Amino acid sequence: MPGITREEVAHLARLSRLELKDEELDHFAGQLDVIIGAVARVSDVADEDVPPTSHPLPLTNVMRADEVRPSLTPEQALSGAPAREQQRFKVPQILGED
Amino acid sequence: MTVTDLVSYEDALASFDPVMGLEVHVELGTATKMFCGCSTAPGAEPNAHTCPVCLGMPGSLPVVNATAVESAVRIGLALGCDIASWCRFARKNYFYPDMPKNYQISQYDEPIAFDGHLDVELEDGEVFRVGIERAHMEEDTGKSTHIGGATGRIHGAVHSLLDYNRAGIPLIEIVTKPIEGAGARAPEVARAYVAELRELIRSLGVSEARMEMGQLRCDVNLSLRPHGRETFGTRSETKNVNSLRSVERATRFEIQRHAAVLSSGGTIVQETRHFHEEDGSTTSGRIKEEAEDYRYFPEPDLVPVAPEGAWVEELRAALPELPRLRRQRLKAEWGLSDHEMRSVLNAGAIQPILDTIAAGAPADQARKWWMGELARRANESGTEPAALPITPAQVARITALVADGSLNDKLARQVIEGVLAGEGEPDAVVEQRGLKIVSDEGALGAAVDEAIAANPAIADKVRGGKVAAAGALVGAVMKTTRGQADAGRARELILERLAPQG
Repeated sequence: MPGITREEVAHLARLSRLELKDEELDHFAGQLDVIIGAVARVSDVADEDVPPTSHPLPLTNVMRADEVRPSLTPEQALSGAPAREQQRFKVPQILGED
Repeated sequence: MTVTDLVSYEDALASFDPVMGLEVHVELGTATKMFCGCSTAPGAEPNAHTCPVCLGMPGSLPVVNATAVESAVRIGLALGCDIASWCRFARKNYFYPDMPKNYQISQYDEPIAFDGHLDVELEDGEVFRVGIERAHMEEDTGKSTHIGGATGRIHGAVHSLLDYNRAGIPLIEIVTKPIEGAGARAPEVARAYVAELRELIRSLGVSEARMEMGQLRCDVNLSLRPHGRETFGTRSETKNVNSLRSVERATRFEIQRHAAVLSSGGTIVQETRHFHEEDGSTTSGRIKEEAEDYRYFPEPDLVPVAPEGAWVEELRAALPELPRLRRQRLKAEWGLSDHEMRSVLNAGAIQPILDTIAAGAPADQARKWWMGELARRANESGTEPAALPITPAQVARITALVADGSLNDKLARQVIEGVLAGEGEPDAVVEQRGLKIVSDEGALGAAVDEAIAANPAIADKVRGGKVAAAGALVGAVMKTTRGQADAGRARELILERLAPQG
């Protein structure tokens, strides 16, 4: 059964740390349900001889040699950070462990 | 937090049967990260080994490290696993700043290696087979520093600082099948398993697997069930138990804690727990139930990994001898007891001894020096014997100097001291410190005459036939030559001069 319930949207919002108001939940649950329904139609088109596909390209084993390449400088790495301290990314208090 | 009452270990085992699951993370020793070309070298300044890929910047794309895949396959093979002919990476989604992408690239239901085993040997020589569920590839997380908390822990911290140098370093996670039937020996089995796995990883050369450096980390899952019951009890997961001793202690503690809760009619909560090195206890971390919703899905940015059969067979054929089999072979070759062999293993001296033998030393001499003087010095400086600034070739040279009579053991120890102090090759140390044994007849003869003259009573005893008393005169000779005399030759000269009857 394709589709998504309001409860599932609320659960995802919580996992993503998004605070949604009741009317937003109604709104997004409806929209997401439509989107998922549209994507699910692919299953109607695919016959039994079409396996579930996670990659559109028939490629495997795309790898690189274990050779060091230049990194960003710490200054460049931190240039987009909203806050920093001791040359590290500074993040707000973390609630809940691990 | 409530104070944990424990029941005694014996009482716990009288009522319950422990079941364990061990998850070990191994940081591979590759030059670069799993999905980008950033260096993995330790000790860099914060965030110096980062790039758009490991910082999770929009538009960046991961590319798999070929050496990491090869290492994963070799680990799988050494654990007797089947190797997947086709498998994918998966995204493990979670909301935590140690991964800037907000997901970790891991493997979910398609691990690269699965269904193997590792035989581990316990203290009394019993071999216990631990089943391996799977070994899969993933990436390490960044390092958090929590600011404002009392002990640097997350508790009470007002904010946290992130260094992403470690984020993206290749990890292999090795998960056992449920370990049943160990009974009271469960803590010992857990420790022996991690120790054996560490040896195996080192023998493959895929990681130095140093636990104190976080290169090998263990999570201990444990549950109890009443004797005779098939179904497992609820488990706790003690995270980041990072020494062999801690693995044993954490397992033991959790057995006692679970038993206390269950015996008093309580229920075990499925949760992660933290191990405390100071007193060997664990405390509650996070309740798992609702947090564990990682929404795994196939990683769209990476194509599948499909190790070719012929390549896998090549890697299998090139595997080194497994550590346990090698130990058995060496034990037989060296003529050691189980106990002696375990001492060599625990001292970390197997490889240095082998290398010293390869450099020309007799096996017993190589073993004697590495297990004696060198083990002592390594212990003093808190390193492994192999890390001492002396090479197996230098040790072999010293044994050769002892064998040809140029040095005795006491002088050899001084040569070792000199080499360790950076005074150069053994021969140079002998030269500079004037350590050559005194065996030329003139100097030695003079020392012998002096010893006899200074100890007339002892000399008379020897003259009277008490050959054993000659030892005291040899001692006097050694003293006047500051230990540099050839003791055997000195004894001969003493006996010649005193011509004892019989």
